[in-house]
Amino acid sequence: MIQLTDQPLDYTAITESVRDPAAGAVVLFLGTVRDFTAGEQTQQLEYEAYQQMAESSLKQLADEASTHFPIVKAAIVHRLGVLQPGDVAVAIAVSTPHRAQAFAAGQWLIDTLKQRVPIWKREHYTDGRVLWQHPAAATDAAAGQSGGT
Amino acid sequence: MTPSGTVTVLFFAAAREAIGTAELSLPVSGPVILTEIQQQVLQRAIGLQPLQHRLLWAVNNQYALPATMIQPGDTVACFPPVSGG
Repeated sequence: MIQLTDQPLDYTAITESVRDPAAGAVVLFLGTVRDFTAGEQTQQLEYEAYQQMAESSLKQLADEASTHFPIVKAAIVHRLGVLQPGDVAVAIAVSTPHRAQAFAAGQWLIDTLKQRVPIWKREHYTDGRVLWQHPAAATDAAAGQSGGT
Repeated sequence: MTPSGTVTVLFFAAAREAIGTAELSLPVSGPVILTEIQQQVLQRAIGLQPLQHRLLWAVNNQYALPATMIQPGDTVACFPPVSGG
């Protein structure tokens, strides 16, 4: 299951989708909207995607992960639109024969998704400010801290 | 391959807001490299210039390098560093 959606993520179904008798381990990662980041209070996050490229990019990510890890099944679902603190923005589920591989694959998938997949978030703070988040600003990694994952 | 035509350029997130439109259509007389498209875009959309050194570019849904060849009919995308997750 690889998709973008504007609906709340059904992480039970996403986890079920990767269960398999060949797997001895299933890891689920949920990226959730955090309320406070560096003392700033987030009211909501708004996610936008270049839908076509993001979908193909998520598929490439899953394919590439399979070349690095012995993945039995992987699922990646990212939510778009307006999210509140506590909401799930992204769910990644992965199954592998053994547990260390499942943790490593899940970590690689979320880290690489954040570097590569054309999705952006705009943070709305409780004081009324609205700012796009651009974590890849090489000169200022700290500026990339936001209420997301 | 069409000898001439247009290249569609899509803008996302802060890049879209900086230029006030989600899409531009650029006439081309044949195949061009991405650098030429970038120059045309930055000339037409001066609002993008403060962002220009951080912009990422894609051609037909794949990240592209300045020397990537673009054919008439291709879709280019221009956007700031990604921040999903």
